[in-house]
Parts: sequence; C-alpha cells; structure tokens
Amino acid sequence: MSSALKRTVPASAHKMDRWLQQVGLHRVAATVLIFACLPWVMPYPSLAINILIYGLYAVGFNLLFGYTGLLSFGHAAFLGVGAYTAGILIAQHGASWWWAIPAAVAMAALVALAMGLLAIRTRGIYFAMVTLALSQCVYFIVYQLPASGGENGLRGVNLAEVSVAGLKLNLLDPMQKYYFVVVFVAAAMFVLSRILASPFGGVIEAVRENESRARACGFDIERTKLLAFVLSAAFCGLAGALNAIHLSSVPIETLHYSTSGMVVMLCLLGGMGTYFGPFVGAALFLGVQDLASAYTENWQLYVGALFVLFVLFFPKGVWGSFLERIRHGR
Amino acid sequence: MKSAKLASTLLPRAVSAVALASAAVLSHAQTIKIGLPVPLTGPYGAEAKDQVRNAELAVKQFNDAGGLHGRKAELLVRDDKLNPGEAATRTLELIEKDGAQFIVGGLSAATQLSINNVTRQRKVIYVSISQSDVINEPPDASPYTFHEALNPYMTTQAVGRHVFKKGMKIAFLTADYAYGHEMTRGFTRVARDVGAEVVGEVKHPLGAQDYSTFLPRLKALNPDVLVFNNFGADNRIAIKQAGDFGMKKAMKFVTPILTYTARVAGGAGVYEGVVGGTQYYWELQDNTPSAKAFNAAFQAANGGRYPSDYGAMAYSAVKSLLAAVRTAGGTETDKVAQALRSAPYDSYKGRQFYRACDQQSVQSVLLVESNAKDAAHPDDVFKLLHVEPASESLLRSCQELGFKG
Amino acid sequence: MNLTVDLLALQLFTGVALGAIYVLLAVGLSLIFGMLTVVNFAHGAFFMLGAYAGVWLADRTGSFWWALLLAPPLVAALGMLCERWLIRPLYGRGIDYPLLLTFGLAYMMVEAVRMVFGKAALPFDTPEALQGATSLGFTDFPTYRLFVIAVVVALLLALWLLIEKTPFGLIVRAGARDPVIVRVLGVDVSRVWLVVFGVGTGIAALAGVLSAPLQGVSPEMGTSVLTVAFVVTVVGGMGSLMGAVVAGLLIGIVESMAVLFFPEAAKVSMFVIMAAVLLLRPQGLFGRAGLLA
Repeated sequence: MSSALKRTVPASAHKMDRWLQQVGLHRVAATVLIFACLPWVMPYPSLAINILIYGLYAVGFNLLFGYTGLLSFGHAAFLGVGAYTAGILIAQHGASWWWAIPAAVAMAALVALAMGLLAIRTRGIYFAMVTLALSQCVYFIVYQLPASGGENGLRGVNLAEVSVAGLKLNLLDPMQKYYFVVVFVAAAMFVLSRILASPFGGVIEAVRENESRARACGFDIERTKLLAFVLSAAFCGLAGALNAIHLSSVPIETLHYSTSGMVVMLCLLGGMGTYFGPFVGAALFLGVQDLASAYTENWQLYVGALFVLFVLFFPKGVWGSFLERIRHGR
Repeated sequence: MKSAKLASTLLPRAVSAVALASAAVLSHAQTIKIGLPVPLTGPYGAEAKDQVRNAELAVKQFNDAGGLHGRKAELLVRDDKLNPGEAATRTLELIEKDGAQFIVGGLSAATQLSINNVTRQRKVIYVSISQSDVINEPPDASPYTFHEALNPYMTTQAVGRHVFKKGMKIAFLTADYAYGHEMTRGFTRVARDVGAEVVGEVKHPLGAQDYSTFLPRLKALNPDVLVFNNFGADNRIAIKQAGDFGMKKAMKFVTPILTYTARVAGGAGVYEGVVGGTQYYWELQDNTPSAKAFNAAFQAANGGRYPSDYGAMAYSAVKSLLAAVRTAGGTETDKVAQALRSAPYDSYKGRQFYRACDQQSVQSVLLVESNAKDAAHPDDVFKLLHVEPASESLLRSCQELGFKG
Repeated sequence: MNLTVDLLALQLFTGVALGAIYVLLAVGLSLIFGMLTVVNFAHGAFFMLGAYAGVWLADRTGSFWWALLLAPPLVAALGMLCERWLIRPLYGRGIDYPLLLTFGLAYMMVEAVRMVFGKAALPFDTPEALQGATSLGFTDFPTYRLFVIAVVVALLLALWLLIEKTPFGLIVRAGARDPVIVRVLGVDVSRVWLVVFGVGTGIAALAGVLSAPLQGVSPEMGTSVLTVAFVVTVVGGMGSLMGAVVAGLLIGIVESMAVLFFPEAAKVSMFVIMAAVLLLRPQGLFGRAGLLA
C-alpha cells in the first residue's frame, strides 16, 4: 500500500476503502463467516438455505451476465437439469449424495456446452432469445420424461442422513441441513474466487467492456464466451442439486422461463459484476417477498416497484451501490 | 411503613401477574397449530380465500366448544403461490419455525405432493384438500397422509355412470397433464363397463388460451358427449370456445369437476346445460342435516353467502382433524392418525370415512347441471341432479393401487 | 380419424385466425424495438390492460364497439406516460436496462389489475352482431374470428399507409435507420419515440380487446401471450413489420396443423422454429443484419 495507490478522497472514506480492500483480499473467508452466522439472524433456517441456494444460482448467472456481459434468459435450464439429475439419481436409483451432486454439476455443464455451441454465434438480444428458446425445449423434454413426474414434479428425494468420515448428519434437522449446504456453497465461492482472480477472469471482463478490442488483443472470444457459459451453468447446476435435496422434491416450475426471469432480478437487485452481490440480491428478494406476503396478498406490486426503482436509481444493485459509495467516498 | 404497605399490595399483584403470564405462555405453547398453505396469489386465489374462511369456521367452532380441555386451536395461513417449491418452503417454515403439528392444504396436485413429501419425512399429519390420484398410490401415500378431497377416479366413476349410456359415442378434450390423463383413464373405464364407445381424444397443453385448433378435430368425430377433462381457466375457456364453434347444439357438454368459481367466471350463458361432478353444493341441505347446519353456520359468519365446493373441503378437513385430536386426547401424531383412521365422520355432507389402505376419504359425489340464467342469489348457479352415495366401489381397489392386502 | 380436405382447410383457416392475433402483438413489439431499440417485456401486460380497459368501457357504455374504439387510445396514453417517465431516463445505458425495467413494470401492472378488478377471471360476451357462425363453403366458422381477421387486415393497411405515405412515417423509417442523423437534422426524436411507444402499446391493447370475447379476461392472460409475441417478433426479425406479419401467420398455421399431426409437439413447435431460424439467419427472416444490441 504505497502512497502512489492512495487516491485523493476524504480521509474517513479512505479508511473504509482500505478496510474494504483488506476484506476483499480475504473475500472467501469473509463470505464463509457471513454464511456461518446467517441462520442465526434469519427467522428460520430454511429461509437461510433458500438464500444460499438462490444466491448460488444468481452467482452462476452473474458470472455470465455481470462479468462477461451476456444476458441469458435460459438459465433455469441449468438449475433444473442439476436438480432433476441429482433428484432422479437419489430418488430412483438410490445413489449417494457424494456422487449424485457432482453428476448434477457435470450434467448441467454438458447441457450448457450443447446449448452454448448453438447460441454463442448470436449476440445481444438474439442471444437472450435463443437461450430462452433452447431452455423451453429442455423444459419440454424433461416434462415428457416419465422419470421426472411431469406436472406433478419429482418427489422422493429423501436424503435424511448423511455420513462423512464417521460424522453423522441428520438432514431432517434444519440447522444440520444448513451447514451441509454451506459446505458446498462455500466451496463454490472459493472456486469462483479463483476463477475471477485468474487471467480468464480478466478476459471475460474485457469481453464485457469492449468485445472488439478484446478480439483485437488476440483473445479467442468465442471460446471464452463458451467457457464462461459452461462454468456459469455448473454453478447453477450445483444450486439445483442442493435445492432438490433441500425440498426433497423438484417442481417442474424450476425449468420454467419465469425462473430464468427471477435470477435476472436477483442479480440486478444485488449488484451485477460483484462477488457477494448475488447473495445480497437473493436475501433482499426472498426477504421482501416473505415480509410482503405476510402483510398483503399484493406483494408482487411491491417487489415489482422495488425492482423498477432499482433499475432507475440503483442500477448497480444494493451491494454494488454500497461498494461504489465506499470506493469513491460519495 | 409505606414500604410494607407497598409490598403488601405489590406482592400479590406481582404473583398473580406472573401466574397469568405463565398460564398464557403455557396455554400458547399448548396451542393446537394447523398450518394451511394455500395459493392466495395466483389464478386460484378466490378458491384459496374461501378455503381459509371455511377452515377458520371449523377452528372457531372447535374453540367455542371449549377446545381440548381448554387448549385452543390456531390456524396458520400461508401463501404457497401455487408453486410446489414455495409450498415445500412454507411447509418447512410451518413445521420448523411455527411448530405446526398438522398441515392441511395444497390446491394443485403438484403442490399437495410437494407438501406431502415434506410432511411424510418428518412424520407430520397432512390432510390434502385437492384432487389427485397419485397421492393415494405408493410411494407418495404414507400413514400420515390423508386425502379429504375427491380423486379423479371417484369423480369419473360417478359422473360417467350417470351420463354414459350404452351405445353412446364419447369424445375427450384433455389437458395434457396428470389430472387430465387420470380423468380420461377413469372415464374410459366407465365407458367400457357401460357399453359406450370412446371415439377419440384430443389433448391440449395446460394453460392453452385458444382452443380453435383443437375443436375442428373433435367436431369431425361427431360424438354424443364431449367431456372436457381440464380445470379452472382451461375448462372455462374451452367450454366457451366450443360453444362459439356451435358444438353445444350437436353434443352434450360434460366435465368431471364443475367448480363454482369457473361457472361464475364463465357466466350463465357459457355454462348453460353443462353437467359435471362436484363434492359439495349447498342445495344438499334439503336432505342432509349436517349440510344444513354447515350452511347455516357459514352464512351467519359470511353475510348470507353459501360455502363453495373447495371451501367446504377445507372445513371438513379441519373439522375432522380436530375431532380426531379430541378423540386422541392430544396432538401426538400416531394417536391422532389412528383416531382419523378408525372412525367415520359427518362434517357437512353425510357419512365419510378414511379407507385403511390408502387413507382416501370415501364420500358421496354430487352431479350438478349449470343453470341457464343467473338467479337472484349469487350462489344459486347449479341444479343438483343426483347424489352418488359414498361407496368403496367408486375407488380403485387396494390391490390395483399397489398395496398388499 | 379422417383427414378430409374439409378438416385440413378448416384447420388451416383456424391457423390464420390464430396468427392474426399473433401478428398484432408482434407488430407492436417490433415497432417499439425497431424504433427505440427497447425490448418491451411489459407488452403482455399492455395486452392484458387493453382487455380490462375493454371490459370496463363495455360495462360503462354498454357497447362492445365503444370499448373497441376507446380502449387502445386509453392504454396508449398510459404507455406514453411510461415511456416518458420510466424508460426515457434509461436511454444510452445499454439495451438491458429498459428490458429489465419493463420486466418489473409488468409485475406491477398485473398486480395493480388484480387489486382493482379482482383475481378471478371475468366473463366477456361476444357482441350480439358477431355471435354465431358464418358459412365459408367448406365449413361453418365463428363469425367473431372472421371479424378479428378483418380488423387486423384493416389495421395493417392503416399502419402501412402511416409509415410509407406520411411525413411522420418518414421520420419513423429514418429514425430506425439512423437516429443520430435525424436529430442532427433538427427533428425531435424523443417526441417521435414517445408516439411510437404509444402506437405499439395501443396495438397490443387492441389485440387484448379483440381477444376478450374469445377467452374472457384474467390478470394472467398477458404472461402466456408474451412468449408468443417474442417468438414471432424474433422469427420475423425485430424491427420489420413485414416480418411480423409473415412470422405471425407462419407460426399460427404451423401450430394449428401440428395439432392434427403431432399434438404433443404443437406448443413447442414455435420454439423449434425460432431456434432454427436464429441459428440459420440470426437476424430473423426479414430483419436487418445490423440491427443488433
């Protein structure tokens, strides 16, 4: 921290900024700490689990939209494929969680590879539309599969007990289930941190900022986009698998385009292109929904209005605006 | 002197305050909590609200009668937004945070199955108040799962036996999901038993808003009876458009479940002459004392309105559940489940009982026809044609469902 | 089942009638995108609002015809308010922001309608003069659906005249090609955009009023229709009116014929078409290659 790096800002903001930079250096640890404390501040543990799962879903989407700049309207496909893969393996084939979950991640990544190969050649709004169309095809295919239960959803993903290295966890106990989920989400955040810190992390942001310039610098843009797409899907697949275990079932709505729309909202509310923003967005969205539905049936009005306000005045989302404030002392 | 006086007045007050407070805490801790996840938001909001009103009536009647040795019942209403994932989350919330001992609810097949999956694992009693054939079968069925509502099979047997005659030609317009398929399956069986001929079926995607592409094909089949195997908005729109295509003149419109809300939303003209099944219509009070009492109680609390079909189910589910709690003397799951299984009950429409193997409530099925014109009273929309009595013959056999013995 | 020529012809005609509504929706959406480069995710909500405005007006005036005439301008006015105060601040921030805003706006509009009109669906009777069926030679066809086709044709004609033959239309065409130059030439582009947004949402509202006698009205009626609108617009090419017409009819007919041959796939057929078109010709059938994000 040489004086050359110091900016000319008011002293108090400067201190916060420096503190924040320190935290940023240890962002994984900070995130894990927050996760560890979360269930104690939430009214019930299942809400905390939902925040983690939807946060992870938004993290996956954020990697593609916030960091790489590609808006996809088909991410529900990856959440759903992950959920159904893990669900079918556990419920109908008696698979154990330690390979059902990685299988779900792999399956989501594979579907993304197939979709990506077709979609990457389109740009902008057309990319969004192609991803929407392809995810609707995935919805249709899964709906027709007898194993998925169709409209009734997939039930019986009953993972009641988990043994790891002699330690027995009872997943019917909400707190134990929460910490089981935390392990996976924390691991995912660690991987994300490594990706963002790597040269690849720099390239995807370059693609977002100025694609032609990045291409001129010699980067293989198509391959970068495809890789970002697949990695993004892997995170969503993990979120899906965890959701299947959490609810013991997989509803067909997981694959519906409204779930794709939901993750866009989560990301925007939290802050696109930020590390922790998606969880803030998930907490905000789920919290407001929970709170509003307790008082009124018309909660969609307030959630919609909140969203509109954010788009107009806080496009960087809650977390993004907060970081911006700290960094620039405004 | 002053302090002694103070102490002598304060102390007894303090003691009684503490006693009152602890009594309140104790009685609250002993409250009988029934969770009610229903889709307050979404297309079935009206049905859901009616279910809440009816469930509240049942709870009130229980509490007014003294509860369980002073223990009161409490209804915890939650919005499941007609989304199975949300329903599961609400159920988890009700069990983990609110300490609900029983769950009643679920309006779509998917939500009730998802709720059931959560309650089953945690050995919490769940009484389902919505149609589904699947919840009676393994692996979804469980000792803690009770199905108060009719199931598609029962409905089709009752409606089919009344409407189908030997030699008739039957066609189906079926919504392409579990509910639709279950209805078709049931009706096909009745048709075969009676000697009627199924001439064809056209499936439509769930949620279709335009049926013009499906109707010509059905018209070409020339059936005597056209059965609309769909529900809610699908039912309303399909019947309306089929009428627009002039098909009502050539064939009889029949639907397995004729709901009050669909009829009101569609209007008298659209539904005129349509025949369907339902599990409750207030006109039943002419011959059934429990219906009369139920209607009177509901009217007293709801400004002269009659209870609707879906609402009445919620009333019955909560009422019979609380009666079982009284029989069992407490909220212990296995005792209450045993009490529910062992005794018949008559909440609102006559004798009902839970069959042993699948815990389906054996009950009567009503046949109604929609009135041609709107009447003075807003709830006077149907004409009660026939009551198919409660009988196990309306259900699929235990063996067929996959239960041993 | 006999696949007679009569049945095929009837099914084809039904597809055309279905396509007519699709065309209306796509035209509005395409107009807004072509001119403003705004992806209007609230288009389905404006459709629904038009239907409800129709219900309200028919209730007040006792006549379907007044509802048909007055509902679109009413909703168009609301659309213009939205453009002026909600969408205009977002120009220049990138294509995603208006999209996201209209997305949230749709939620609000649907819920507002629920609060005012109730959650349950409301009936809407076909006007007396248009009830019943007309003989087309090979079959009887609902008169009202013929009326819808006629209205759509009339509207398309009027729109074509507006865009090709009037000074306003000239500005619209120029602005779609190059908004900067148009501004340099002294034209107040933002006023033009305001009107275009109004026209686009007004057409959606018209589609809503026309749909009301077919299926009744419900707060959710806009959400399912939105996907179709997008698919048709994208297949036709965003910004192209000819594309909207061709794609709307194509998709309506394919969906209708698919019911005869592959009923399970009928609903997904439009997505398969969309995916295929986009992969072979990313700008849509009639879209201009440069008009991308």
